[in-house]
Amino acid sequence: MLTHRVIPCLDIEAGRVVKGVRFQGLRDAGDPLELAARYDAEGADELALLDVRAADQGRGILLDLVAQVAAQVFIPFSVGGGLRGIDDVRAVLLAGADKASIGSAAARDPDLVARCANHFGRQCIVVSLDVKRAADGRFELTTHGGRVHTGLDAVAFARMVADLGAGELLLNDMDADGTQAGFGVDLLQAVSRAVPIPVIASGGAGRVDDFVRAVRDGGAAAVLAASVFHSGALRIADVKAAMAAAGLPVRPTGGS
Amino acid sequence: MARIAVIDYGAGNVASVLRALRHLGADAEAATSPVALRSADAIVFPGQGHFGQAARRLLATGMWGAVDAACAEGRPFLGICLGLQLLAEGSDEAPGVKGLGRLRGHSVAFCPPVKVPQIGWNAVHAARRGTLLDAVPAGSHFYFVHSYHCVLQDERDVAGTAEHGLQFVAAVERDRLCAVQFHPEKSGAVGLALLRAWLALHGMARETC
Repeated sequence: MLTHRVIPCLDIEAGRVVKGVRFQGLRDAGDPLELAARYDAEGADELALLDVRAADQGRGILLDLVAQVAAQVFIPFSVGGGLRGIDDVRAVLLAGADKASIGSAAARDPDLVARCANHFGRQCIVVSLDVKRAADGRFELTTHGGRVHTGLDAVAFARMVADLGAGELLLNDMDADGTQAGFGVDLLQAVSRAVPIPVIASGGAGRVDDFVRAVRDGGAAAVLAASVFHSGALRIADVKAAMAAAGLPVRPTGGS
Repeated sequence: MARIAVIDYGAGNVASVLRALRHLGADAEAATSPVALRSADAIVFPGQGHFGQAARRLLATGMWGAVDAACAEGRPFLGICLGLQLLAEGSDEAPGVKGLGRLRGHSVAFCPPVKVPQIGWNAVHAARRGTLLDAVPAGSHFYFVHSYHCVLQDERDVAGTAEHGLQFVAAVERDRLCAVQFHPEKSGAVGLALLRAWLALHGMARETC
Protein backbone atom coordinates (compact mmCIF):
# COMPACT_ATOMS: atom_id res chain seq x y z
CA MET A 1 0.00 0.00 0.00
CA LEU A 2 1.26 3.47 -0.83
CA THR A 3 2.55 5.18 2.31
CA HIS A 4 2.20 8.82 3.26
CA ARG A 5 5.44 10.70 2.81
CA VAL A 6 7.01 12.88 5.49
CA ILE A 7 9.14 15.55 3.83
CA PRO A 8 11.51 17.89 5.67
CA CYS A 9 11.96 21.16 3.78
CA LEU A 10 15.31 22.91 3.69
CA ASP A 11 14.85 26.63 3.12
CA ILE A 12 18.13 27.70 1.55
CA GLU A 13 19.69 31.14 1.58
CA ALA A 14 23.25 31.72 0.41
CA GLY A 15 24.06 28.04 0.78
CA ARG A 16 22.72 27.72 4.35
CA VAL A 17 19.45 26.39 5.73
CA VAL A 18 17.39 29.17 7.30
CA LYS A 19 14.09 29.25 9.12
CA GLY A 20 11.57 31.98 9.78
CA VAL A 21 7.91 32.68 10.39
CA ARG A 22 5.87 33.51 7.31
CA PHE A 23 9.07 33.95 5.34
CA GLN A 24 10.13 36.79 7.65
CA GLY A 25 12.99 37.00 10.14
CA LEU A 26 15.12 34.26 8.64
CA ARG A 27 17.65 32.68 10.99
CA ASP A 28 20.43 30.19 10.33
CA ALA A 29 19.40 26.58 10.93
CA GLY A 30 22.41 24.68 9.68
CA ASP A 31 24.37 23.15 6.84
CA PRO A 32 22.15 21.78 4.05
CA LEU A 33 24.28 18.72 3.34
CA GLU A 34 24.47 17.74 7.00
CA LEU A 35 20.74 18.22 7.44
CA ALA A 36 19.94 16.29 4.25
CA ALA A 37 22.06 13.35 5.38
CA ARG A 38 20.59 13.50 8.89
CA TYR A 39 16.99 13.48 7.66
CA ASP A 40 17.75 10.65 5.23
CA ALA A 41 19.20 8.61 8.11
CA GLU A 42 16.23 9.46 10.31
CA GLY A 43 13.75 8.08 7.78
CA ALA A 44 12.63 11.09 5.73
CA ASP A 45 10.81 9.85 2.62
CA GLU A 46 11.86 12.76 0.46
CA LEU A 47 13.53 16.15 0.81
CA ALA A 48 12.50 19.55 -0.46
CA LEU A 49 15.05 22.28 -1.15
CA LEU A 50 13.62 25.74 -1.39
CA ASP A 51 15.67 28.73 -2.50
CA VAL A 52 14.00 31.44 -0.42
CA ARG A 53 15.88 34.40 -1.88
CA ALA A 54 16.07 33.16 -5.45
CA ALA A 55 15.37 36.54 -6.98
CA ASP A 56 18.13 38.31 -5.09
CA GLN A 57 21.11 36.12 -5.83
CA GLY A 58 22.74 34.01 -8.48
CA ARG A 59 21.52 30.52 -9.16
CA GLY A 60 25.00 29.01 -9.06
CA ILE A 61 25.19 28.39 -5.33
CA LEU A 62 21.95 26.45 -5.38
CA LEU A 63 22.92 24.31 -8.37
CA ASP A 64 26.21 23.34 -6.70
CA LEU A 65 24.29 22.41 -3.59
CA VAL A 66 21.77 20.35 -5.58
CA ALA A 67 24.65 18.39 -7.12
CA GLN A 68 26.20 17.79 -3.70
CA VAL A 69 22.91 16.59 -2.21
CA ALA A 70 22.31 14.30 -5.20
CA ALA A 71 25.75 12.76 -4.76
CA GLN A 72 25.16 11.90 -1.11
CA VAL A 73 21.49 11.18 -0.66
CA PHE A 74 19.73 8.29 -2.41
CA ILE A 75 16.17 9.39 -1.75
CA PRO A 76 14.12 11.70 -3.97
CA PHE A 77 14.27 15.45 -3.57
CA SER A 78 12.62 18.45 -5.15
CA VAL A 79 14.08 21.88 -5.76
CA GLY A 80 12.06 25.06 -5.94
CA GLY A 81 12.15 28.79 -5.44
CA GLY A 82 12.21 31.31 -8.23
CA LEU A 83 12.28 28.85 -11.15
CA ARG A 84 11.15 31.09 -14.00
CA GLY A 85 10.98 28.89 -17.04
CA ILE A 86 11.89 25.70 -18.78
CA ASP A 87 15.63 26.48 -18.70
CA ASP A 88 15.61 26.90 -14.91
CA VAL A 89 13.72 23.62 -14.56
CA ARG A 90 16.18 21.85 -16.83
CA ALA A 91 19.11 23.26 -14.83
CA VAL A 92 17.92 21.91 -11.48
CA LEU A 93 17.00 18.53 -12.95
CA LEU A 94 20.39 18.24 -14.67
CA ALA A 95 22.10 19.19 -11.41
CA GLY A 96 20.46 16.12 -9.87
CA ALA A 97 17.05 17.11 -8.52
CA ASP A 98 14.30 14.54 -9.07
CA LYS A 99 11.58 17.15 -9.25
CA ALA A 100 11.30 20.86 -9.90
CA SER A 101 8.78 22.96 -8.03
CA ILE A 102 7.33 25.91 -9.89
CA GLY A 103 5.22 28.54 -8.13
CA SER A 104 5.01 32.18 -9.13
CA ALA A 105 5.99 31.38 -12.73
CA ALA A 106 3.10 28.92 -13.02
CA ALA A 107 0.67 31.48 -11.59
CA ARG A 108 1.82 33.98 -14.20
CA ASP A 109 1.92 31.50 -17.07
CA PRO A 110 0.02 28.24 -16.35
CA ASP A 111 1.01 26.92 -19.77
CA LEU A 112 4.55 26.62 -18.45
CA VAL A 113 3.29 23.58 -16.51
CA ALA A 114 2.24 21.89 -19.74
CA ARG A 115 5.50 22.74 -21.48
CA CYS A 116 7.58 21.40 -18.59
CA ALA A 117 5.46 18.24 -18.28
CA ASN A 118 5.78 17.54 -22.00
CA HIS A 119 9.49 18.13 -21.90
CA PHE A 120 10.53 16.35 -18.72
CA GLY A 121 7.53 14.17 -17.86
CA ARG A 122 4.83 15.09 -15.39
CA GLN A 123 6.42 13.00 -12.64
CA CYS A 124 9.09 15.64 -12.05
CA ILE A 125 6.88 18.72 -12.15
CA VAL A 126 5.52 19.93 -8.82
CA VAL A 127 3.33 23.02 -8.82
CA SER A 128 3.64 25.00 -5.62
CA LEU A 129 0.58 27.00 -4.57
CA ASP A 130 0.81 29.75 -1.92
CA VAL A 131 -2.73 30.18 -0.68
CA LYS A 132 -4.42 32.69 1.64
CA ARG A 133 -7.99 32.95 2.79
CA ALA A 134 -9.71 36.00 1.27
CA ALA A 135 -12.21 38.16 3.19
CA ASP A 136 -15.09 36.47 1.35
CA GLY A 137 -13.91 33.04 2.54
CA ARG A 138 -12.51 31.95 -0.80
CA PHE A 139 -9.03 30.48 -1.09
CA GLU A 140 -6.92 32.93 -3.04
CA LEU A 141 -3.73 32.12 -4.90
CA THR A 142 -0.85 34.41 -3.92
CA THR A 143 2.75 34.61 -5.14
CA HIS A 144 6.13 35.84 -3.93
CA GLY A 145 5.79 34.31 -0.49
CA GLY A 146 2.23 35.54 -0.03
CA ARG A 147 2.99 39.20 -0.73
CA VAL A 148 1.30 39.40 -4.13
CA HIS A 149 -2.42 38.61 -4.47
CA THR A 150 -3.48 37.19 -7.82
CA GLY A 151 -7.25 37.29 -7.36
CA LEU A 152 -7.32 33.69 -8.68
CA ASP A 153 -9.35 31.00 -6.96
CA ALA A 154 -6.80 28.53 -5.64
CA VAL A 155 -9.02 25.45 -6.05
CA ALA A 156 -9.82 26.28 -9.68
CA PHE A 157 -6.14 26.99 -10.31
CA ALA A 158 -5.18 23.65 -8.74
CA ARG A 159 -7.61 21.83 -11.03
CA MET A 160 -6.25 23.67 -14.05
CA VAL A 161 -2.57 22.92 -13.42
CA ALA A 162 -3.43 19.28 -12.67
CA ASP A 163 -5.11 19.11 -16.10
CA LEU A 164 -2.12 20.84 -17.69
CA GLY A 165 0.25 18.16 -16.44
CA ALA A 166 1.42 18.83 -12.88
CA GLY A 167 2.59 15.58 -11.26
CA GLU A 168 1.72 16.76 -7.79
CA LEU A 169 0.81 19.89 -5.88
CA LEU A 170 2.66 21.46 -3.00
CA LEU A 171 -0.03 23.32 -1.09
CA ASN A 172 1.35 26.07 1.11
CA ASP A 173 -1.15 27.44 3.60
CA MET A 174 0.27 30.96 3.94
CA ASP A 175 -2.06 31.83 6.82
CA ALA A 176 -0.70 28.91 8.80
CA ASP A 177 2.92 29.00 7.62
CA GLY A 178 5.40 29.18 10.45
CA THR A 179 2.70 29.50 13.12
CA GLN A 180 2.90 25.86 14.22
CA ALA A 181 -0.88 26.05 14.70
CA GLY A 182 -1.64 23.15 12.34
CA PHE A 183 -2.12 22.64 8.59
CA GLY A 184 -5.35 24.20 7.29
CA VAL A 185 -7.54 21.13 6.92
CA ASP A 186 -10.29 23.11 5.13
CA LEU A 187 -7.91 24.15 2.37
CA LEU A 188 -6.38 20.68 2.07
CA GLN A 189 -9.80 19.09 1.74
CA ALA A 190 -10.94 21.52 -0.89
CA VAL A 191 -7.87 21.01 -3.07
CA SER A 192 -7.26 17.28 -2.60
CA ARG A 193 -10.89 16.52 -3.49
CA ALA A 194 -10.64 18.69 -6.60
CA VAL A 195 -7.59 17.03 -8.19
CA PRO A 196 -6.65 13.44 -9.08
CA ILE A 197 -2.95 14.01 -8.36
CA PRO A 198 -1.18 13.85 -4.96
CA VAL A 199 -1.30 16.92 -2.71
CA ILE A 200 1.53 17.73 -0.29
CA ALA A 201 0.46 19.68 2.80
CA SER A 202 2.79 22.51 3.81
CA GLY A 203 2.62 25.28 6.39
CA GLY A 204 1.71 25.27 10.04
CA ALA A 205 2.97 21.95 11.36
CA GLY A 206 3.54 22.14 15.10
CA ARG A 207 2.55 18.91 16.78
CA VAL A 208 2.38 15.30 15.57
CA ASP A 209 -1.42 15.49 15.55
CA ASP A 210 -1.23 18.21 12.90
CA PHE A 211 0.39 15.72 10.49
CA VAL A 212 -2.23 13.08 11.27
CA ARG A 213 -5.09 15.52 10.65
CA ALA A 214 -3.59 16.79 7.37
CA VAL A 215 -3.63 13.25 5.99
CA ARG A 216 -6.67 11.70 7.68
CA ASP A 217 -8.98 14.73 7.56
CA GLY A 218 -7.40 16.87 4.85
CA GLY A 219 -6.70 14.10 2.34
CA ALA A 220 -3.03 15.01 1.91
CA ALA A 221 -0.85 12.36 0.25
CA ALA A 222 2.26 13.76 1.94
CA VAL A 223 3.21 16.27 4.62
CA LEU A 224 6.04 18.78 4.54
CA ALA A 225 7.53 20.79 7.39
CA ALA A 226 10.66 22.79 8.13
CA SER A 227 11.10 24.50 11.50
CA VAL A 228 9.71 21.73 13.71
CA PHE A 229 12.31 19.37 12.31
CA HIS A 230 15.26 21.80 12.22
CA SER A 231 14.67 22.90 15.81
CA GLY A 232 14.49 19.31 16.98
CA ALA A 233 11.00 19.87 18.40
CA LEU A 234 9.83 16.86 16.39
CA ARG A 235 11.69 13.98 14.83
CA ILE A 236 10.62 12.18 11.65
CA ALA A 237 10.11 9.04 13.76
CA ASP A 238 7.69 10.88 16.11
CA VAL A 239 5.55 11.98 13.18
CA LYS A 240 5.52 8.53 11.60
CA ALA A 241 4.72 6.82 14.91
CA ALA A 242 1.71 9.10 15.39
CA MET A 243 0.54 8.50 11.83
CA ALA A 244 0.95 4.73 12.19
CA ALA A 245 -0.94 4.81 15.51
CA ALA A 246 -3.79 6.58 13.69
CA GLY A 247 -3.88 3.75 11.14
CA LEU A 248 -2.18 5.68 8.34
CA PRO A 249 0.38 3.72 6.28
CA VAL A 250 3.94 5.01 6.62
CA ARG A 251 7.35 3.69 5.65
CA PRO A 252 9.09 2.45 8.81
CA THR A 253 11.96 4.69 9.91
CA GLY A 254 14.13 1.61 10.44
CA GLY A 255 14.98 1.77 6.73
CA SER A 256 12.95 -0.99 5.05
CA MET B 1 35.75 -5.13 -14.28
CA ALA B 2 32.46 -5.71 -16.08
CA ARG B 3 31.25 -2.66 -17.97
CA ILE B 4 27.67 -1.56 -17.53
CA ALA B 5 25.96 0.65 -20.09
CA VAL B 6 23.16 2.84 -18.79
CA ILE B 7 20.91 3.75 -21.69
CA ASP B 8 20.68 7.51 -22.13
CA TYR B 9 17.99 8.46 -24.62
CA GLY B 10 17.77 12.10 -23.63
CA ALA B 11 15.19 11.80 -20.90
CA GLY B 12 14.93 10.13 -17.56
CA ASN B 13 16.91 9.55 -14.47
CA VAL B 14 20.16 8.42 -16.05
CA ALA B 15 22.38 10.50 -13.76
CA SER B 16 20.77 9.16 -10.58
CA VAL B 17 21.19 5.58 -11.74
CA LEU B 18 24.84 6.21 -12.67
CA ARG B 19 25.49 7.77 -9.26
CA ALA B 20 23.95 4.83 -7.43
CA LEU B 21 25.83 2.19 -9.47
CA ARG B 22 29.15 4.02 -9.10
CA HIS B 23 28.50 4.47 -5.39
CA LEU B 24 28.38 0.66 -5.26
CA GLY B 25 31.70 0.44 -7.07
CA ALA B 26 30.39 -0.58 -10.48
CA ASP B 27 31.93 0.56 -13.76
CA ALA B 28 28.90 2.27 -15.30
CA GLU B 29 28.76 4.69 -18.22
CA ALA B 30 25.93 6.43 -20.01
CA ALA B 31 25.34 4.99 -23.49
CA THR B 32 23.91 7.08 -26.31
CA SER B 33 24.66 4.82 -29.26
CA PRO B 34 24.17 1.20 -30.32
CA VAL B 35 27.96 0.79 -30.42
CA ALA B 36 28.23 1.57 -26.72
CA LEU B 37 25.50 -0.95 -25.95
CA ARG B 38 27.00 -3.73 -28.05
CA SER B 39 30.33 -3.55 -26.25
CA ALA B 40 28.83 -3.50 -22.74
CA ASP B 41 28.74 -6.55 -20.48
CA ALA B 42 25.43 -5.54 -18.97
CA ILE B 43 22.71 -3.01 -19.69
CA VAL B 44 20.61 -0.86 -17.41
CA PHE B 45 17.56 0.74 -18.92
CA PRO B 46 16.36 3.54 -16.65
CA GLY B 47 13.13 4.93 -17.86
CA GLN B 48 11.10 7.96 -17.10
CA GLY B 49 8.57 9.87 -19.11
CA HIS B 50 6.36 8.82 -21.98
CA PHE B 51 6.24 5.28 -23.44
CA GLY B 52 5.84 6.48 -27.03
CA GLN B 53 8.56 9.13 -26.86
CA ALA B 54 11.02 6.70 -25.29
CA ALA B 55 10.32 4.07 -27.94
CA ARG B 56 10.73 6.63 -30.72
CA ARG B 57 13.99 7.96 -29.32
CA LEU B 58 15.43 4.48 -28.94
CA LEU B 59 14.52 3.74 -32.54
CA ALA B 60 15.91 7.07 -33.76
CA THR B 61 19.27 6.51 -32.02
CA GLY B 62 19.52 2.96 -33.31
CA MET B 63 19.65 1.66 -29.73
CA TRP B 64 16.38 -0.25 -30.02
CA GLY B 65 17.95 -3.06 -32.02
CA ALA B 66 20.99 -3.21 -29.75
CA VAL B 67 18.78 -3.51 -26.65
CA ASP B 68 16.74 -6.22 -28.30
CA ALA B 69 19.89 -8.10 -29.32
CA ALA B 70 21.33 -7.84 -25.79
CA CYS B 71 18.13 -9.32 -24.34
CA ALA B 72 18.13 -12.09 -26.95
CA GLU B 73 21.75 -12.96 -26.15
CA GLY B 74 20.90 -13.17 -22.45
CA ARG B 75 23.24 -10.41 -21.40
CA PRO B 76 22.42 -9.15 -17.87
CA PHE B 77 19.71 -6.54 -18.19
CA LEU B 78 18.00 -4.34 -15.61
CA GLY B 79 14.97 -2.26 -16.56
CA ILE B 80 13.76 0.51 -14.27
CA CYS B 81 10.27 2.07 -14.28
CA LEU B 82 9.48 2.77 -17.95
CA GLY B 83 12.35 0.38 -18.63
CA LEU B 84 10.12 -2.40 -17.30
CA GLN B 85 7.10 -1.33 -19.32
CA LEU B 86 9.06 -1.09 -22.57
CA LEU B 87 10.07 -4.76 -22.23
CA ALA B 88 6.43 -5.73 -22.74
CA GLU B 89 4.36 -5.51 -25.91
CA GLY B 90 2.70 -2.11 -25.59
CA SER B 91 1.00 0.48 -23.40
CA ASP B 92 -2.26 2.36 -23.30
CA GLU B 93 -0.08 5.44 -22.93
CA ALA B 94 0.90 5.15 -26.59
CA PRO B 95 -1.61 3.04 -28.51
CA GLY B 96 -0.08 1.45 -31.58
CA VAL B 97 3.51 1.88 -30.41
CA LYS B 98 5.23 -1.46 -29.99
CA GLY B 99 7.35 -2.36 -26.98
CA LEU B 100 10.32 -4.72 -27.17
CA GLY B 101 7.98 -7.66 -26.65
CA ARG B 102 10.47 -9.53 -24.45
CA LEU B 103 7.63 -10.02 -21.95
CA ARG B 104 4.06 -10.86 -22.87
CA GLY B 105 1.98 -8.06 -21.45
CA HIS B 106 0.66 -4.55 -21.77
CA SER B 107 0.66 -1.43 -19.57
CA VAL B 108 -2.54 0.20 -18.39
CA ALA B 109 -3.26 3.30 -16.29
CA PHE B 110 -4.13 3.31 -12.61
CA CYS B 111 -7.70 4.42 -12.00
CA PRO B 112 -9.17 6.81 -9.43
CA PRO B 113 -10.04 6.98 -6.57
CA VAL B 114 -6.35 6.32 -5.94
CA LYS B 115 -4.13 9.27 -6.74
CA VAL B 116 -2.45 9.13 -10.15
CA PRO B 117 0.48 9.31 -10.65
CA GLN B 118 1.39 7.01 -7.80
CA ILE B 119 4.20 8.95 -6.13
CA GLY B 120 5.88 7.63 -3.01
CA TRP B 121 7.05 4.58 -1.11
CA ASN B 122 5.11 1.35 -1.42
CA ALA B 123 5.68 -2.08 0.13
CA VAL B 124 6.86 -4.71 -2.35
CA HIS B 125 6.02 -8.35 -1.72
CA ALA B 126 8.08 -11.10 -3.30
CA ALA B 127 6.07 -13.42 -5.53
CA ARG B 128 8.57 -16.23 -5.08
CA ARG B 129 12.00 -17.07 -3.70
CA GLY B 130 15.20 -16.87 -5.66
CA THR B 131 14.86 -13.31 -6.95
CA LEU B 132 16.69 -10.04 -6.25
CA LEU B 133 14.08 -9.28 -3.60
CA ASP B 134 15.71 -11.96 -1.42
CA ALA B 135 18.36 -9.30 -0.75
CA VAL B 136 15.97 -7.06 1.23
CA PRO B 137 13.61 -7.67 4.16
CA ALA B 138 10.13 -8.95 3.22
CA GLY B 139 7.70 -6.14 2.46
CA SER B 140 10.44 -3.52 2.02
CA HIS B 141 9.32 -0.12 0.78
CA PHE B 142 10.58 1.22 -2.53
CA TYR B 143 10.03 4.58 -4.20
CA PHE B 144 7.56 4.61 -7.10
CA VAL B 145 6.62 7.32 -9.59
CA HIS B 146 4.29 6.17 -12.37
CA SER B 147 0.81 6.45 -13.84
CA TYR B 148 0.85 3.15 -15.76
CA HIS B 149 1.60 -0.38 -14.63
CA CYS B 150 2.33 -3.50 -16.62
CA VAL B 151 -0.14 -6.40 -16.72
CA LEU B 152 1.77 -9.58 -17.60
CA GLN B 153 0.33 -12.67 -19.26
CA ASP B 154 2.77 -15.12 -17.71
CA GLU B 155 2.64 -15.22 -13.91
CA ARG B 156 6.06 -16.86 -13.88
CA ASP B 157 7.63 -13.55 -15.00
CA VAL B 158 6.41 -11.78 -11.85
CA ALA B 159 9.03 -11.45 -9.09
CA GLY B 160 7.20 -9.01 -6.84
CA THR B 161 3.96 -7.09 -6.48
CA ALA B 162 2.65 -4.02 -4.67
CA GLU B 163 -0.78 -2.50 -4.18
CA HIS B 164 -2.24 0.81 -5.31
CA GLY B 165 -5.98 0.39 -5.61
CA LEU B 166 -5.20 -3.03 -7.07
CA GLN B 167 -2.29 -5.43 -7.00
CA PHE B 168 0.24 -4.57 -9.70
CA VAL B 169 3.57 -5.90 -10.95
CA ALA B 170 6.47 -4.25 -9.12
CA ALA B 171 9.33 -6.55 -10.17
CA VAL B 172 9.96 -8.94 -13.04
CA GLU B 173 12.58 -11.64 -13.49
CA ARG B 174 13.07 -14.13 -16.25
CA ASP B 175 16.45 -15.72 -16.74
CA ARG B 176 18.91 -12.81 -16.93
CA LEU B 177 16.23 -10.24 -17.56
CA CYS B 178 15.34 -8.19 -14.47
CA ALA B 179 13.09 -5.17 -14.26
CA VAL B 180 11.51 -3.13 -11.50
CA GLN B 181 8.67 -0.63 -11.63
CA PHE B 182 10.13 1.33 -8.70
CA HIS B 183 13.32 3.40 -8.57
CA PRO B 184 16.03 1.48 -6.68
CA GLU B 185 18.38 4.43 -7.20
CA LYS B 186 16.02 6.56 -5.11
CA SER B 187 14.92 3.97 -2.58
CA GLY B 188 17.58 4.59 0.06
CA ALA B 189 19.34 1.64 1.69
CA VAL B 190 16.96 -1.05 0.37
CA GLY B 191 17.28 0.29 -3.16
CA LEU B 192 21.07 0.18 -2.97
CA ALA B 193 20.87 -3.34 -1.49
CA LEU B 194 18.80 -4.48 -4.46
CA LEU B 195 21.21 -2.92 -6.96
CA ARG B 196 24.12 -4.50 -5.10
CA ALA B 197 22.39 -7.89 -5.33
CA TRP B 198 21.95 -7.43 -9.08
CA LEU B 199 25.65 -6.57 -9.46
CA ALA B 200 26.64 -9.55 -7.32
CA LEU B 201 24.36 -11.92 -9.24
CA HIS B 202 26.33 -11.19 -12.37
CA GLY B 203 29.74 -10.94 -10.73
CA MET B 204 29.90 -7.19 -11.25
CA ALA B 205 30.23 -6.13 -7.62
CA ARG B 206 33.41 -4.66 -6.23
CA GLU B 207 35.22 -7.10 -3.91
CA THR B 208 34.72 -4.83 -0.91
CA CYS B 209 30.95 -4.59 -1.35
